Amino acid sequence: MRNRIAHWLQGRGYRGVIIGLPYLWLLLFFFIPFCLVLAISFGSRTPTAPPFGYGGEHPWISFVGYARLFQDDLYLRAFLVSLSNAATATVLCLLLGYPMSLALTRVSASWRNILLMLVILPFWTSFLLRVYAWMGLMGKNSWFNGLLTDAYNLLTPASWAITSVPMMHSNFAVVLVMVYTYLPFMILPLYANLERLDPVLDEAAMDLGSRPFRVFLDVTLPQSIPGIIAGAMLVFIPAAGELVIPTLVGDASSPMIGRVIADEFSSASDWPMAASVAIVLLLLMVGPMMLYTHYQGRAEAGEEP
Amino acid sequence: MADPFIRIDNVSKKFGTFQAVQDVSLTVAQGEIFSLLGGSGCGKTTLLRMLAGFEEPSAGSIFIDGQDMAGVPPWQRPVHMMFQSYALFPHMSVEKNVGYGLKHEDMTAATRKARVAEMLELVQLTPFGHRKPHQISGGQRQRVALARALARQPKLLLLDEPLAALDKKLREHTQFELMSIQERTGVTFIVVTHDQEEAMTLSDRIAVMDKGRVKQVGAPTEVYEYPNSKFVAGFIGSITAFPSKVSAVVGDVATVQVAAFQGEVQARSVPGLSVGQEVTLAVRPEKLVISQARPEGANVIAGQVKDLAYFGKDSLYRITLPSGELISVHSVNAGRSSGGRPDWDDQVYLSFAPSAAILLVE
Repeated sequence: MRNRIAHWLQGRGYRGVIIGLPYLWLLLFFFIPFCLVLAISFGSRTPTAPPFGYGGEHPWISFVGYARLFQDDLYLRAFLVSLSNAATATVLCLLLGYPMSLALTRVSASWRNILLMLVILPFWTSFLLRVYAWMGLMGKNSWFNGLLTDAYNLLTPASWAITSVPMMHSNFAVVLVMVYTYLPFMILPLYANLERLDPVLDEAAMDLGSRPFRVFLDVTLPQSIPGIIAGAMLVFIPAAGELVIPTLVGDASSPMIGRVIADEFSSASDWPMAASVAIVLLLLMVGPMMLYTHYQGRAEAGEEP
Repeated sequence: MADPFIRIDNVSKKFGTFQAVQDVSLTVAQGEIFSLLGGSGCGKTTLLRMLAGFEEPSAGSIFIDGQDMAGVPPWQRPVHMMFQSYALFPHMSVEKNVGYGLKHEDMTAATRKARVAEMLELVQLTPFGHRKPHQISGGQRQRVALARALARQPKLLLLDEPLAALDKKLREHTQFELMSIQERTGVTFIVVTHDQEEAMTLSDRIAVMDKGRVKQVGAPTEVYEYPNSKFVAGFIGSITAFPSKVSAVVGDVATVQVAAFQGEVQARSVPGLSVGQEVTLAVRPEKLVISQARPEGANVIAGQVKDLAYFGKDSLYRITLPSGELISVHSVNAGRSSGGRPDWDDQVYLSFAPSAAILLVE
């Protein structure tokens, strides 16, 4: 019996299972649901449950959802707000996270463990709780807002004086909380990438006449691009579809796309519309990613002269 | 006397409580290939890193071409290094790697390109300019590293175990190539190595290091034939050493009593020897003559063959002395037949010239 298991483990069947499992997972939990959503997006809204159906007459599928995407500028604006908020948050995460990741690779091993722990520590409290904490901080009567208000009043002419900094219910608040929430998703892949770089290469560049900042530009930065892209995707993709943060701290008059999808599903009970928005969002996210993977694969295969 | 090209003055380096380099003073002439030879942890790499500017000496100073290097950062030193791992930039082509240092030179793009082409030709890698480092072999990578380090025409090239990562055949070939490139460019080389053969063939002079100190400096023949300590004698080549006692010194010949030989032998004297002094007598295996008939003259020891290893061109014997101690003898198989060569358990006589024996005080 043991022999047969060992034999199987060395065989092709074993490899097939190992390779097949993730595909099965993707099929069950990504591809099939995706097909369902795609199917729903071509339906039309019905007042009865389930809240969508297919028209009896030709054409029996409907493009109403997709058509409305381009007609009603609510959707277009929601996409733009989402993409710009997500992009801003990604850039800020990168600017904050890169030096932190680099520092993590340069400190002693014991410090590194403590600092890494501090990066992950916020995950130990509920995400919602942390958003509520920010709401408290940004609110008109908080010490944080008071401090900022005092600082502002001190630095500007008396005629510009304000009673509090209007932070809540703005894109600023959304970006701030998203940067706070997603920063570890930037730091961890970047750190994993930077940590693998050989410090001897830095010495070699210095030896050949480069000052430390030049070494960073020539040696560290180009080699960390895969880490930057991985981190940027981990931040940008969930940030673009974010629902909770914009709902709690965002500007209700210019919703983000996640909010639009949720509203269409629940209050408007227009499933086909919600599905259309979701599909377009998915295409917007997956397209660049596939392009990147394609070029990455080509670059790794290497160019022959 | 003219100031030497490179002068290392009483340099020490401490890491915490660990003394990596201890009061080292050396001079290297322009155009020389100078080796720092020693086992791991002897301080040779630390000394090299101090020359490159990656470490500052805790005490002492380093002068390169008359310029004090104290406080001069690596990027401003007229020194380039070939790293043991080669440290090629993986995201740059061979050409870009070689041209990297030239970015800091004030030259036109065309001149830079010509210089890169010239360097690639020097190391015979012209067809590989567009490849990335991972697309070429280990030997080619080594040559890229050399070309990159030489491109800016450094005054001094530091080579950290330049041949360690190559296999044996390639190593021999590369050794001669390194020497010919050094000859053509005239750049001063300082080589760090733990391989005594590598040091012997490459270098004009060798500094043997142990525990942070320089034990002996000299030409390869000098450190081999006239080692000044048991450490150097044992580190370079093989040697058999016996404790002995000086019984007479006449001119440059000393007579010493060797317990293992149960008799007296004559050896070339060293300065400052006095009668009654405890010294070490050391003999290299190839300086001993093995014969079955007792030869005439002094310095003859009787023994019995315990082991013999036949390598073809030569044989290695292990001879048991009357005292029970063992001595190695290396003998070239000049004749073709095996007749007349000592065999297992044969009674043999070993002899050596007084000048072949080394007396070591330290």
